[in-house]
Amino acid sequence: MIGIIRSLGRWGLSTFERLGRGHLFLVQILAGIPGLFLRFSLVIQQLFSVGVLSVLIIAVSGLFVGMVLSLQGYYVLVDFGAEESLGVMVSLSLVRELGPVVSALLFAGRAGSALTAEVGLMKSTEQLSGMEMMAVDPMRRVIAPRFLAGFISMPLLAAMFSAVGIIGAFLVGHGLLGVDDGAFWSQMQAKTDWYDDILNGVIKSIVFGFVVTWIALYEGYDALPTSEGVGRATTRTVVHSAFAILGLDFVLTALMFGEG
Amino acid sequence: MLQKKSTEITVGMFVAAGIAALFMLAMKVSNLSDFSDEVGYQVIAEFENIGGLKVRSPVTMAGVRVGRVSGISLDSVNYNARVTLSLYSTFDNLPTDTSASIYTAGLLGEQYISLEAGAEEEFLQNGDVVELTQSALVLEQVIGQFLFSKAEGDEE
Amino acid sequence: MPLIKIRDLHFSRGDRVIFEGVNIDIHRGKITAIMGPSGTGKTTLLRLIGGQLHPDKGTIEVDGQNVHQLSHSGLYALRKRMGMLFQSGALLTDLTVFENVAFPLREHTDLPESMIRDLVLMKLQAVGLRCARDLMPNELSGGMARRVALARAVTLDPMMIMYDEPFTGQDPISMGTLVNLIHRMNDAMGLTSIVVSHDVDEATEIADYVYLLSGGKVVSEGSPVDLKRSSSQWVKQFMQGLPDGPVPFHYPGVDFKEDMLNPEVSP
Ligand SMILES: Nc1ncnc2c1ncn2[C@@H]1O[C@H](COP(=O)(O)OP(=O)(O)OP(=O)(O)O)[C@@H](O)[C@H]1O
Ligand SMILES: [Mg+2]
Repeated sequence: MIGIIRSLGRWGLSTFERLGRGHLFLVQILAGIPGLFLRFSLVIQQLFSVGVLSVLIIAVSGLFVGMVLSLQGYYVLVDFGAEESLGVMVSLSLVRELGPVVSALLFAGRAGSALTAEVGLMKSTEQLSGMEMMAVDPMRRVIAPRFLAGFISMPLLAAMFSAVGIIGAFLVGHGLLGVDDGAFWSQMQAKTDWYDDILNGVIKSIVFGFVVTWIALYEGYDALPTSEGVGRATTRTVVHSAFAILGLDFVLTALMFGEG
Repeated sequence: MLQKKSTEITVGMFVAAGIAALFMLAMKVSNLSDFSDEVGYQVIAEFENIGGLKVRSPVTMAGVRVGRVSGISLDSVNYNARVTLSLYSTFDNLPTDTSASIYTAGLLGEQYISLEAGAEEEFLQNGDVVELTQSALVLEQVIGQFLFSKAEGDEE
Repeated sequence: MPLIKIRDLHFSRGDRVIFEGVNIDIHRGKITAIMGPSGTGKTTLLRLIGGQLHPDKGTIEVDGQNVHQLSHSGLYALRKRMGMLFQSGALLTDLTVFENVAFPLREHTDLPESMIRDLVLMKLQAVGLRCARDLMPNELSGGMARRVALARAVTLDPMMIMYDEPFTGQDPISMGTLVNLIHRMNDAMGLTSIVVSHDVDEATEIADYVYLLSGGKVVSEGSPVDLKRSSSQWVKQFMQGLPDGPVPFHYPGVDFKEDMLNPEVSP
């Protein structure tokens, strides 16, 4: 019994310690960001590996999610004779929820895990301490550019996801199921609001990008410098990011759409 | 160097594509494109009951959209609902005796305001009040009245 | 005044005590060798000097500044004047050999590209790898990687260089070249060098002064000639590589016989 309580206490303490270090880490990252505007090429390099390389998976998934939504939505709506609302249904679900959430989950799997593995390996091969001894601060040179790149990429990727998804939904809805294209677009435009729906979705994706990149970099930087340690850190990145995305999504949704 | 250049180009395309996607969401998917109506003019209409009318509900005339609801408040004197209608400036020739009614789009659809032109020579100006209004039909009331009159008819 | 002054240094990792009361002076313009059995903490000592680890007690002064009381920027300014050759090389794996050597220049200077090229090729020529400049670190052998790291450690022309095992993994020819190189750099550029090594012959050949570390303490110090003539059992054993003597070969712990006979003893 005492043993259980003790291990619970140990778990609690180590969790709080990790949380504390994670926040210190974030402060250090943010302190490194202003200097990056003088050396933006570092960020561009990272935008390539974090952002550009994620475009394919985001676009393909977005297309299919949109097409499936269209198909499923049509069969529900047609029973009420409301298949004209297909456009609204698809656009609202994509823009408010699926776009930010699914693209953030994909981003965590594609870019987040790669960031963790990269930073973890740099640590375990002493590249980070090597930089320190060359008087190059790895927080500024390695971590901060990656953070900024993740933060910039995520909302762009989420917007691409939603846009491609809506196009996919239109192709299926109009081309396959024969929904009138005028009704599809005009209903969508009438009911989708720029501030309430689209901008709130963008804010969500900005928050997710911030959190996922933070988790990924911290896990890499904090990983045990062994192959197993890096492997575990990569897994943790994906799991913790998924929890954080879904939990935050609930909170943000309640805040944004609560009084609607 | 060459590699660096191609990286920069692809990153540029990536950012452009992202912004294009946002732009498409703004213009094609959402109603941002008709936010120009902010430059229109506003009139006020009082209703006894507005039912499920909301801010940003459409205002139409003969089925054509002419504006939207921009504000709803309660008149503290006569306990009526005061609804502010923002009308597009292109429709600036509505007669002062125009009437406003709240209808429902379809059986379960959302509610909107429909305007019907009167015959006066003068036109509504910014801040004017629409005098003739017809409240929303509240389904429960309609059913209640129907049952009531039916019961009365049976007694006779 | 010595360039580096270490006084009463105590350091431990968890329960394991690495240093207890070490005093070392490193003199300017000299090559000082630090030798000792594997696992005594030579690499740890270099990291303490570089400010990457913090001592539990005691001070380390480099050029009159207490390393562990410097601000972040003060420490980084000091590190610009220190070169360090890591035991593993610690090359940046996503950059070519050329870019690795150019890295400190690109980070800390605004030199034009042509000047960077000249400087880098000069350093690479010195370690015999000028024509390997387009290889990636994973295409190098261990010894080559160490030489690239050496070239990188000296690109900023620091006031001192710490070499962690520069000779391991080198064939006799490059070993000779490296010994020569370290010597030449020291004389020509007035560098101060700290060489950590197991290679008794090479280390004593280039060093002006030698510290022998063991069991968390400085066991012996002196010029190579003094040490060779030393009467201490310990020094004799280490300098001549004898298997029997006071230096333990094993990581400390329970006795071998006891360990074999008693399966309950936790590992
Ligand atoms: N990260 C670490 N965590 C815990 N203990 C460590 C760590 N790094 C090193 N040690 C311990 O510190 C001691 C000194 O290590 P160090 O690397 O300084 O030895 P060394 O003298 O350089 O050995 P070698 O000559 O083999 O390179 C070792 O006994 C090792 O077990
Ligand atoms: Mg070592």
